[in-house]
Amino acid sequence: MAELTRERLGALRVQAKELLAADRREVLVCAGTGCIAGGSLKIYDYLKSECEKRGLKTRVALRHEGGDDAIHFKKSGCHGFCEMGPLLQIEPEGFLYTHVRLEDCDEIIEKTILGGEAVERLLYELNGVRYAKHNEIPFYAKQQRVVLENCGTTDAEDIDEYLAHDGYAAFEKALFEMSDEDICREILDSGLRGRGGAGFPAGRKWDSVRRQPKGKKYVVCNGDEGDPGAFMDRSIMEGNPHSVIEGMMIAALAAGSDEGYIYVRAEYPLAVERLRIAIARDEELGLLGDNILGTDFSFHLHINRGAGAFVCGEGSALTASIEGKRGMPRVKPPRTVEQGLWARPTVLNNVETYANVPQIILRGSAWFHSIGTEKSPGTKAFALTGNVVNTGLIEVPMGATLREIIFDIGGGIKDGKKFKAVQIGGPAGGCLTEEHLDLPLDFDSLKKVGAIIGSGGLVVMDEGTCMVETARFFMSFTQNESCGKCVPCREGTKRMLEILTRIVNNEGSLEDLDLLEELSRTITETALCGLGQAACNPVVSTLKYFRKEYLAHVVDHHCPICNGRKRRLVIKPELCKGCGKCKRNCPMEAISGEIRMPHTIDNEKCIHCGACWGACPFGAIDAIEED
Amino acid sequence: MKPDTEKVLSILAAHENNAANLIAILQDVQAEYNYLSEANLTLIADTLDISVSRVYSVATFYENFSLEAKGKHIIKVCAGTACHVRKSGPIYDAVYEYLGLSGKKKTSDDGLFTLETVACLGACGLAPVMTIDGEVHAKMDPETALALLEDIRAREGAANG
Repeated sequence: MAELTRERLGALRVQAKELLAADRREVLVCAGTGCIAGGSLKIYDYLKSECEKRGLKTRVALRHEGGDDAIHFKKSGCHGFCEMGPLLQIEPEGFLYTHVRLEDCDEIIEKTILGGEAVERLLYELNGVRYAKHNEIPFYAKQQRVVLENCGTTDAEDIDEYLAHDGYAAFEKALFEMSDEDICREILDSGLRGRGGAGFPAGRKWDSVRRQPKGKKYVVCNGDEGDPGAFMDRSIMEGNPHSVIEGMMIAALAAGSDEGYIYVRAEYPLAVERLRIAIARDEELGLLGDNILGTDFSFHLHINRGAGAFVCGEGSALTASIEGKRGMPRVKPPRTVEQGLWARPTVLNNVETYANVPQIILRGSAWFHSIGTEKSPGTKAFALTGNVVNTGLIEVPMGATLREIIFDIGGGIKDGKKFKAVQIGGPAGGCLTEEHLDLPLDFDSLKKVGAIIGSGGLVVMDEGTCMVETARFFMSFTQNESCGKCVPCREGTKRMLEILTRIVNNEGSLEDLDLLEELSRTITETALCGLGQAACNPVVSTLKYFRKEYLAHVVDHHCPICNGRKRRLVIKPELCKGCGKCKRNCPMEAISGEIRMPHTIDNEKCIHCGACWGACPFGAIDAIEED
Repeated sequence: MKPDTEKVLSILAAHENNAANLIAILQDVQAEYNYLSEANLTLIADTLDISVSRVYSVATFYENFSLEAKGKHIIKVCAGTACHVRKSGPIYDAVYEYLGLSGKKKTSDDGLFTLETVACLGACGLAPVMTIDGEVHAKMDPETALALLEDIRAREGAANG
């Protein structure tokens, strides 16, 4: 193949754009992990073969024989509306079909592909309104998609589609029109902060690596999205892998690197496959390799699969894992920008951060700053899961409120139940409550209330979720994933889990709560890495906002949520001597009775604090379950 | 008997006999044999010219590696947050009991099934999910999960009967 020059890349892009514009009919089958699990690939195969049987011309890539009138079948990235999958979108009408089954396919071909009419019953319906166009559905209408823009509309395996959407134009601009300093300044000016959790300015990181003495430097992408309930990065890698690669290439230009690694979790086989295909296409075309576009810039990219260790999301553990070692964090400094992979200066950012880069270079830092908040510009992708109506992948400007996300986009709580809490930021994050619903979500505001944006997992919980049990769940996760290197995390999380398990089993005491708080403080201050330092966040935040539920477990020894039934306290008349101690100790004045006569508890006033239970010398206080 | 070393050696060669690729090597060997045997761990260490303890330390650090042979069918119940709040716990318990497992025993006596949990498959929209041999089963409950296993058992029984 002729060497790829800037002119030829430009010509390819123009050609791809023309081909895309000429597309008459497109059938987009969602091929994200969620919809594939729902059977979307079988639907794809059936629709395509059935169309062919009927003598219709089909094609599966932009550059494919069949002519402009051929139906273009695409396996697209995640549309985000996972709750409604398998999803099927048909262009040019823009119909979005939900919960598509094989049985629906013949009708879809007859009515829509041939006739251009909607199959009404497959359209999304909310409150009696049917939505024909996907962008009118409230779930999509309230979002602003930058990183996920092309995720559900393009074929991730077709590089021409990426080119048709100005693919690698940002890289071209950075390569030919900007110096390494210019690139760092543009990213710094944009205010882009790391989307992996900590929110460190990406531009500053790149500039630190750039300033390191010349020599071997690395660019590493953290695709080890380990937070349970988070799948933003997976969706980007599956749906728009080239955007991540282009972001890394620009980072390599800025930092002076010629080699990069993408570290992907083992649980994401599809993301690995799509990235492999994307890298292979880039290498064939000449966008990766030596002397790219005839310049002296060379860049080689490798993929490393994780092997199931959450801690490898931590920078120094991740680089250790790439080196083929146990993924254990080390003491810092030196920082990764000074001594990262193979002890060389390393740029390490996460998937979503890199995916933002091409857009910033193309549209400018001022454009990026116009989205989101002053200190946290841009958008953020969130995975919205749990007890919410519209589970899925969303993207909103920074500063959007939880209320907008959960109720406007998410459609509220499943089965008409009441909202209770939302867990944000995974096992390192915290639980927020009703009082935080109007809090603008950005890096700094969340820190103030004891949570973090983390990678962007939002797990919504309804009134049927016991928060003590939830805290135990997260502690069990962290304890299991603790690498064992430092004592506070290794031993501390183990003890915390024991205490939490005891409390959940109604065998804890009030002192246990103090112990939990003390241990939390110690672990947070002394653990070696971010995993340990943040391990107690779910416990601290639930103790702060849901203390009543802990009290139900340790004082009443009965949690109405865990047991599903309410309990009430009663005084056994045969044991009560009428001493009045319970009455004096009751903070709610819920107990009444004459002295030396059996007393009674008014359950309307009783708050189940257990003060009477502790005060009674005769063991007359009993708890009985209501039917 | 000498273990079949050819396969492992070719995997090692494909990774340039480079110790930096240890994790990828272990992944490929496990994909071939479904677990990492002592003989293979030693062979890998010898070929890469690193200590067996280094190989062992890596093999035991990562969740995905198993030093014990697994059952014919591998069941994974997702224990991610989204699945957890949509009650994946009772599914795991039901399968655990159905297979007659106890303590650290994760493989059924007939060698047909191994039960594992997975941190998050990222298919949270389909929660709670369970995979059998990599195939995702969405929106599970204990009854449906057991029915799937009954089916496999019946098929295996018919094949052997």
